[in-house]
Amino acid sequence: MGAALQSWPIIPTQQKLERPRSRLIAFPIAVLALLVLPVVAGLLGAALPAFGYLPVLGLEDFSLEPFVALVGAPGIGVSLALSLCAGLCTTTLAFLVVMGFVAAWHGTRVFRVFRRLIAPLLSVPHAAAAFGLAFLIAPSGLLMRALSPWPSGFARPPDWLIVHDPAGLAMTAGLVVKEIPFLFLMALAALPQVEAEPRLNMARALGYGRVAAFLFSVLPPLYAQLRLPIFAIIAYACSVVDVALILGPTTPAPLAVRILEWQADPDLSLRSLAAAGALAQFALASFAICLWLALEWLVARIGAKLMASGHRFRRDGLVRHLAGATMSLAAGLVLAGLATLALWSIAGFWAFPDIWPNALTFDTWRSVIATLGGPLDNALLIAGLSSVLAVVLALGALEYETRTGGTTTTRALVALYLPLLVPQIAFLFGLDMLLVSLRLDGWLLAVVLAHLVFVFPYVLLSLSQPWHALDPRYALIARSLGRSADAVFWRIRLPMLSRAIATATALGFAVSISLYLPTLLIGAGRWPTVTTEAVALSSGGDRRITAATALVQAFLPFLGFGLAAMLPALLFRRRAAMRAGG
Amino acid sequence: MTSAPEATDALTLSQVRISLAGRLLLSVDKTIRPGEVLTVMGPSGSGKSTLLAFAAGFLDPIFAVEGRVLLAGEDVTRRPAEARQMGLLFQDPLLFPHLSVAGNLLFGLRPGSSREARQDTVSAALAEVGLEGMEGRDPATLSGGQRARIALLRTLLSRPRALLLDEPFSKLDVALRDQMRRLVFDEAGKRNLPVLLVTHDRQDAEAAGGPVIELGGTSDE
Repeated sequence: MGAALQSWPIIPTQQKLERPRSRLIAFPIAVLALLVLPVVAGLLGAALPAFGYLPVLGLEDFSLEPFVALVGAPGIGVSLALSLCAGLCTTTLAFLVVMGFVAAWHGTRVFRVFRRLIAPLLSVPHAAAAFGLAFLIAPSGLLMRALSPWPSGFARPPDWLIVHDPAGLAMTAGLVVKEIPFLFLMALAALPQVEAEPRLNMARALGYGRVAAFLFSVLPPLYAQLRLPIFAIIAYACSVVDVALILGPTTPAPLAVRILEWQADPDLSLRSLAAAGALAQFALASFAICLWLALEWLVARIGAKLMASGHRFRRDGLVRHLAGATMSLAAGLVLAGLATLALWSIAGFWAFPDIWPNALTFDTWRSVIATLGGPLDNALLIAGLSSVLAVVLALGALEYETRTGGTTTTRALVALYLPLLVPQIAFLFGLDMLLVSLRLDGWLLAVVLAHLVFVFPYVLLSLSQPWHALDPRYALIARSLGRSADAVFWRIRLPMLSRAIATATALGFAVSISLYLPTLLIGAGRWPTVTTEAVALSSGGDRRITAATALVQAFLPFLGFGLAAMLPALLFRRRAAMRAGG
Repeated sequence: MTSAPEATDALTLSQVRISLAGRLLLSVDKTIRPGEVLTVMGPSGSGKSTLLAFAAGFLDPIFAVEGRVLLAGEDVTRRPAEARQMGLLFQDPLLFPHLSVAGNLLFGLRPGSSREARQDTVSAALAEVGLEGMEGRDPATLSGGQRARIALLRTLLSRPRALLLDEPFSKLDVALRDQMRRLVFDEAGKRNLPVLLVTHDRQDAEAAGGPVIELGGTSDE
């Protein structure tokens, strides 16, 4: 307070107004329980068999035998190295490309184009993007056809292992092109909060080049905001299963794939091996994050030295073009991959090295439509239920926060990210073991709740920004007009946020559609979806069927976002401010 | 307005002292008589909006408060905002963008009569401020002056027992500002409402014609 007020006496006793209480507290409690319990229970459920306790198989003595078996598993070193490498390489590459692009192109027309591309790119499920990439880069893929017979000289597809390469390069590429839009979106959300524009202008006015201005003045606070999403990328990339099955090495496969194989093995004694693997996966992801932290420390030291040196780094043309080119390549690969899938799904006979099929036919689609009905219904049911449930919970938690005047604490945010920071397979495996012992596996509700663990964080992240941006005075006006807090929620906030709610629902729907592991493990094979079907086709399925199935998978989230964009426009077609997104 | 003026009594801010983190922000002890406008003036950060929030029932619990708010002699300090019948106007009209003009006014209008009677009340109210036939309009298509008048109508239709005004004219252009001042103060006078006006514009205080309280403080908020 200012000088005029400092002469006021300090009151010794204060009567604080009571913070309003609300029975809505059930919502944040439910959210915390639904997010944290499955992860903790799942890790415990893996820990018991990992240390030799598996009463179902008559194993009741604690021992380290499963870990001994894990260390002795053939090729386990390679599997671990592949997982660690995929996690760190994916994150490093995605981070370099996105930060390079934001640094070099922020505030330009190119930037706005990519800003608009981000939603469709994000909505493509990992599996569909991976299939698209596989169909592009395979020895008989579209790229090789474009280069054959001239200049490559191939009349037949070369006998190269491009997809499923033993070093996991194709798998890493498939992960990078999908993590780039995710990280870009997170950066876009954080940029206004770190006052990027004035900082950049200030640094450039001091004579720093565009890229240097960004790296020195915006990146440090921006990075602080991106840390949790980056950790989530590390955890995801080092334990991914669907992309690894489609593009990854097979002899040996990355750790997560091998855990899944052990888990599904008819020889039940491999269950304890899988459990030890799940714990090893958890340790591996934690180790990867620690390595990243060390890298972070190193880069910060170097950065501080550079900043103190006073160099302006004005000649950054090469960096700028490299950043633009890699970003375009990443987006181009996803889009070209989808186009290739579309072409394969309607291709008749298609000989190598022809760039275009000899004939086009709808035969593939006819058979896919005939057989995909069940998995399609399942996917829609699970995604619909989990996304709506997530939106209801998120709205309840936000309304609770608004009514009690509280704010989101960092603790709550970590809880939100917890399911994203722990590798899926590490806790889903144990959770499945628990559910099996309770005979709850394969229940629709169990599958939906397992999906909710992954759907909810995205839904809340997407809803909370528009929720908090809504002018609080609307609610004050409505209250002073004699309306209750409930009426304000139903008649003011809900309709005014209908667009944001529709978008959040669509995002939750898209996340659920793309989930492979929770559907497979918790569903116990009783709830096949388009995603599990598509991934199952990766091992030697018919190309055309695979392409069509992957396209259906890619189309569903797109459909969700399309409906979400249309619904508010239809509901409020006579209200200009609502159509404009107000 | 068609509805008969209501017998309203005074709005009293009895020994109100609001402080934040142990530091006194403001201290007011004042009764606003029916039909009177009390103007509270001060730069931003002086806590004048805090006083308004306290009277309306929205004060953030981080503030420590002593004193009471009395409406017609009744202590409303512990009552929730929706049970106080304090009409609130901000510098923005804040019409609900998802409702039509009539929808906004019906949202404010007290319940009780038939649907047709409610519609008639709304139409008559619109006609009285020169906005006849605007019922079905989208608020986004109205001019600034029209929006301000509808926001005022919405508040008056909720039959408030006092008016709380938070810089309600500061965003209007000069010609419109005089017109709105006259309309607001006339309507409040007709209804014999006590008015608490918070502003940093001396002309508002002059137009209001009532007592003025000056708050100190500089803006580090």
